[in-house]
Amino acid sequence: MNPAYRRYHPKWHRAGMPIFWWLRSLPYARFIARELTSMLVAYAAVLLLVQVRALDAGPESYARFTAWLGSTPVVVWHLAVLAGLLFHTLTWLHLAPRAMVVRLGGRRVPDAMVLLGQYAAWAGASALVAWVLLA
Amino acid sequence: MTDTVTVEVRRYRPEQEAEPTWQSYQVPYRREWMVLDALNYIKDQVDGTLSFRWSCRMGVCGSCGMMVNGTPALTCATYLETLLPGPVRVEPLRGFPVIRDLVGDLTDFLGKLRRVSPWLVRETERPPAEGEYLQTPEQLAEYKRYSMCINCLLCYAACPIYELEPEFLGPAVIALAQRYNLDSRDEGREARMDELSQHDGIWACTFVGECSTVCPKDVDPAGAIQRYKLDAAVSWVAGLVLPRSGK
Amino acid sequence: MVRRDKTGFHLLHALFQTSLKFGGIVRYDEYFVTRLLVDEGRCQGVVALELATGEVHALLARAVVLATGGGGRVFPYTTNANIKTGDGMGLAYRAGVPLKDMEFVQYHPTGLPFTGILITEAARSEGGWLLNKDGYRYLQDYDLGAPQPTPVMRSMELGPRDRLSQAFVKETEKGRTVETPYGPVVHLDVRHLGARVIDAKIPFVRELCLKYEHLDPVRDLIPVRPVVHYMMGGVHTDADGATPLPGLYAAGETACVSINGANRLGSNSLTEILVFGARAGRAAARWAGAAPVAGTAARAQALDEDRRLHGELLGLQRGGERVAGVRTAMQEALERGAGIYRDHAGLEAAATTVAELRERSRRVALDDRSLTFNTEVVALLELENLLDVAEAIVHSALQRRESRGAHQRTDYPRRDDGRYLAHSLAYRVPNGPPRVELRPVTITRWPPGERVYGR
Repeated sequence: MNPAYRRYHPKWHRAGMPIFWWLRSLPYARFIARELTSMLVAYAAVLLLVQVRALDAGPESYARFTAWLGSTPVVVWHLAVLAGLLFHTLTWLHLAPRAMVVRLGGRRVPDAMVLLGQYAAWAGASALVAWVLLA
Repeated sequence: MTDTVTVEVRRYRPEQEAEPTWQSYQVPYRREWMVLDALNYIKDQVDGTLSFRWSCRMGVCGSCGMMVNGTPALTCATYLETLLPGPVRVEPLRGFPVIRDLVGDLTDFLGKLRRVSPWLVRETERPPAEGEYLQTPEQLAEYKRYSMCINCLLCYAACPIYELEPEFLGPAVIALAQRYNLDSRDEGREARMDELSQHDGIWACTFVGECSTVCPKDVDPAGAIQRYKLDAAVSWVAGLVLPRSGK
Repeated sequence: MVRRDKTGFHLLHALFQTSLKFGGIVRYDEYFVTRLLVDEGRCQGVVALELATGEVHALLARAVVLATGGGGRVFPYTTNANIKTGDGMGLAYRAGVPLKDMEFVQYHPTGLPFTGILITEAARSEGGWLLNKDGYRYLQDYDLGAPQPTPVMRSMELGPRDRLSQAFVKETEKGRTVETPYGPVVHLDVRHLGARVIDAKIPFVRELCLKYEHLDPVRDLIPVRPVVHYMMGGVHTDADGATPLPGLYAAGETACVSINGANRLGSNSLTEILVFGARAGRAAARWAGAAPVAGTAARAQALDEDRRLHGELLGLQRGGERVAGVRTAMQEALERGAGIYRDHAGLEAAATTVAELRERSRRVALDDRSLTFNTEVVALLELENLLDVAEAIVHSALQRRESRGAHQRTDYPRRDDGRYLAHSLAYRVPNGPPRVELRPVTITRWPPGERVYGR
């Protein structure tokens, strides 16, 4: 017998949520990874600011910064950051067709086309940035 | 050739115990059997104390939603065959308080459904004598998908936000609100916007997307919510830039 | 409306969601009504078991409308959901209200063999064929017309449901049906329609076959058999849904106005609920506006019922029977004795079995004695209702010594308008078979003619 029970007044049971709830399934883990990798975007932005500041402080400080960038552990770390950023970007691009209903001429644009459009825009922007930097 | 399957069921009898427990049963295996058939076998032949909801056994009433091996599913539409060799673990839908065994308390959903005015809101109703409201197939296609919801609440069980923040309106409620918002006969978009734009409305959703994955009727509540976010954001900006004079 | 085979679904959701608009409507979800309160010759409310807590409530009311659906679960093969156990019919019957035309039980010719899930008529109206084990369109042998490549109204596969179900039984007797572990079946063939037509017109059929039968109707034959689908009979009401008990109304499949006679036409159940639901509701509201409040006797009856539920059903150790055992035996008896074709010996046997089963049901011992969401006691209460419905069906069928519509007797194969152009009214008799009276049908405009199909 449950001493907490009163006749006609049972207690509903509320299960708690474990801290690592997102390890329960792959889709949940993917979701959390998608959200957490947004911090890597912030990191990339901060890195850029640090680079600009190093440049601003003179050729010596910039040389130190470049050397740091070139050291093996940092390269490995930044490769991981790149992987995270790519993961973040790709998951977000793939969400777009699910969130938007684009209509052209009265007919719904298929998801694949919306996705293609996103990739095209990404490629275009990257090409523009590359041209600015390298030309 | 499998003869029997082990079915492990999460039990909860508030008069007897303070916490849920697991109970294991051996159930005959048949190729045609769904998880629901196994549960009915247990109840009819083995242990009449097992409580669960079911009705239509054909995936339209939405009564038999439970967690099957950790995933929200309609037990009447899940073959035992797909879960071999077992054991098959059945629990009540996650995110809802448990009344007894596999039965959850779904009154939260019903209360929230009412808040989004899930009916045709019109200033003037056309009298029946004038005939029905006409709608083209394109107009129908706008909201048809969202009207297929059977209120099974698998989407709530799949939504980690609902589990973390039980105040969240939830996928089905917002999808049903959209079903009316996008209905050409409806004039209630503004009226619903207040309720939906609360912080426990659409903005609590972070597009995990699992609701649409588990939906047995392909309603795509995640899509409905994100579409509405775009709509609501555009409306808000438009409201700032081009304030409408009173209606 | 939206999709051809989802009209009822959308009606249901539209009605439910619109009902949320009215604050005056208070719903008591998952309260199981076990008894009507009757005093001073009026219905004065109901007694209900609150499933979640086990508390018994008396809901006093000036008018009560029963809309609990049919009782298909009296039979083993049915399209009906688990909850269609004739609860409203049982409640009215025990309160002394007669059940009308209970012998008319409609079999739908195409249901899936194991689950009983309905394969809609639309599959046939779009052009599906019914084939026996030799791939032959057997309906042409049963005076239903000649086989054409495209569907013809009221001919062949578009014939009436009772005639198609009867043809199935005859084919089984001739040994021309296909044997499966779940009984004999015939095949519904829609392959010639092609995937595009199937997905446009009968998508739900394809979905059901894929999900519940491991097969694709675009490529495979669908196994089907007649399954109980609808009860033309029910609580006796007039055209306003009023039963002979003042203050008690009924609508929908629970009621028998009757507008469906001995054989319901497809889709009429949807219009029936819309029209008569509204009429009964309005009539009940008018009555409630003028009726006095419930008296003290109602409260005494409610206490009685509380004692019965908590004391008897949940308290005492009653015997060694299980709910499922009695229920299955009842279903088998009804299918055997009161199925598509009936005769005197079969019906008598069924009547005896039902009476025995009622005794056995009083000796059911519940595994579950708890108060919190006890679905086993609900199953037992539903069994009581099912036995009432079964009793009414069998005895009404015994008394009707003719064949008409869905009621076919091999010992009386002709229709007898002279004696039986009448409704049957079954009145409950405590501890005995029901008293069945006949009430002549009122012919106003069209006298009965000969039922001819395919010519």
